[in-house]
Amino acid sequence: MLVFTIPHVNALSVVGYTPESMFAFVIRRMALTLPVAWIVVTLVFGLIHLVPGDPIAQMLGEGASVTEVARLRHELGLDRPVLEQYRAYLVGLYHGNLGVSFRDQQPVAASIRSRYPATIELAVAALCFSLLFAIPAGVISAIRKGRFADRALGLVSLLGVSLPNFALGPLLILLFSIGLGLLPVSGRNGLSHLILPAGTLGLGLAAMTMRMVRSSMLEEIHQDYIRTARAKGLREQTVLFKHALRNGLIPVITILGLQMGSLLAGAIITETIFSWPGLGRLTIQAINARDYPLAQGCILAISLTYIMVNLITDVMYSVVDPRIRL
Amino acid sequence: MKDLLWKNKLALAGFLIASLLVSAALLAPWLTPYDPAGQKLENRLDGPTWQHPFGNDELGRDILSRLLMGARVSMRVGGTVVLLSGVAGVLIGGLAGYVGGKLDTFVTVIVIDSLMAFPGILLAIALVAFLGPGLDRLIFALTIIGWVGYARLARGQVLKIKTLEFVEAARALGASGVRIFFLHVLPSIVQPVLVQASIGMATAVLAEASLSFLGLGITPPAPSWGAMLNDGRNHLFDAPHMVVFPSVALVLTVLSFNILADAFRDWLDPKSLKS
Repeated sequence: MLVFTIPHVNALSVVGYTPESMFAFVIRRMALTLPVAWIVVTLVFGLIHLVPGDPIAQMLGEGASVTEVARLRHELGLDRPVLEQYRAYLVGLYHGNLGVSFRDQQPVAASIRSRYPATIELAVAALCFSLLFAIPAGVISAIRKGRFADRALGLVSLLGVSLPNFALGPLLILLFSIGLGLLPVSGRNGLSHLILPAGTLGLGLAAMTMRMVRSSMLEEIHQDYIRTARAKGLREQTVLFKHALRNGLIPVITILGLQMGSLLAGAIITETIFSWPGLGRLTIQAINARDYPLAQGCILAISLTYIMVNLITDVMYSVVDPRIRL
Repeated sequence: MKDLLWKNKLALAGFLIASLLVSAALLAPWLTPYDPAGQKLENRLDGPTWQHPFGNDELGRDILSRLLMGARVSMRVGGTVVLLSGVAGVLIGGLAGYVGGKLDTFVTVIVIDSLMAFPGILLAIALVAFLGPGLDRLIFALTIIGWVGYARLARGQVLKIKTLEFVEAARALGASGVRIFFLHVLPSIVQPVLVQASIGMATAVLAEASLSFLGLGITPPAPSWGAMLNDGRNHLFDAPHMVVFPSVALVLTVLSFNILADAFRDWLDPKSLKS
């Protein structure tokens, strides 16, 4: 009797889907992130040297005495050579020391830590809001292509992309807080306070994501596997949501990851409108008070978070779509 | 181009609104019914009337006049930023793509990737915060964040075009590298750059308004739509018109340039119409 032995072949390993390749990809991606993070740190360090004239005199204002200026210059280390300042900045950063706020004499790192959760909460809420709107709207728009629903949603998305959050925020306050009296105007105290800022921050992303979901779904619903699923007699909802949407969401993940970083930057304006006690508002308060160490710390924190979010997105994307690692 | 506008009604609307805004900006000094900085405290926070169709602000200034002069500021900033960042981006990105090698690596990996590591608006805020407010600094900051998009686009286009036969033919005829780059390669990438410029215009107007809203852009009393919105925010309860009219102006501007960019893209790439 002839016995055929079939060698054991891991089909996934053929296309590079192995834990080792995943690990190598993560390491390679992290190695690419480090120089970018270093350049960002260097640029943020250099910001204070962009200030026209004497930054210390700018911080203290016109009435400052020479002694006061000299004292603060020494405290901030700005009387030392630039390279030495840079080395001290990097060493401080390594130990989590971003200096001391000029206005309230609090460590910058502590101020950032206390405000950080509020910003993350707002960004995540905005992301959830945008997904809750964008996915169903994108799917409806794709399956109703060219009809009234598609055109109406297209117009909404165009408006969403074109309506900046500093115009949308006050308009939402006018409608929901002043007109209807449904939601609070500002502050951070529970879910009701989160709705308007999250909606303001998330609408632009929702509009953009909706367009992505629509075009991605339009591409998927013409694929052979969708025809096969329909031919098998599956319900249309199952075909759309279990088959087409699953694949259609892959490119959307990348956009969402990149936009999550932009949400952090957009939070600067939204937090200012709604007096949301986050990192963005702290940045503007620091800039207005000419508290340069605190402003530098905030800008660095937002930038590094942006880089980290991009890194995590790339890694997640490679998990969802292994072809990225090849 | 004429066909594009007559066949696509949305594009026609975008074109008309954009033209109206640009004309209003150009003719603003002659169109403004009142002095945009003229204060009339007896008209403070007044709503729309026949004399002041868009109402008055907290210092009694005419909002219509300030919006018209604000359009001038927005278009000036937008136009200058698009021009400067477009020229810089196309030249730097185009040269990087054309020359290749170490120059390409330096431009793409070190310069562009580092600038892209910052969210655009954060970098603009950081630059303006430390450089100080003012029109020239604002334009500088927006150009620094704006040129990267053009550079990436130009580099990609040049990489594709430099391998085409007409470039090889020019080289075979003895044309110098500089001549090929400026006379053959660059003219071939004008169309996608125009699409990018239309989006760039909307982005620059928005960025200017964002920075002015935060108090980092145009210095008062010069009118800026962003600063007007910020002023209006403090009077949401008693003078909502201070928020509504600048918002509408801003949305119409951004919407019209976005629609134009979409229409340009469809016109240049008919395949996208099918999808």
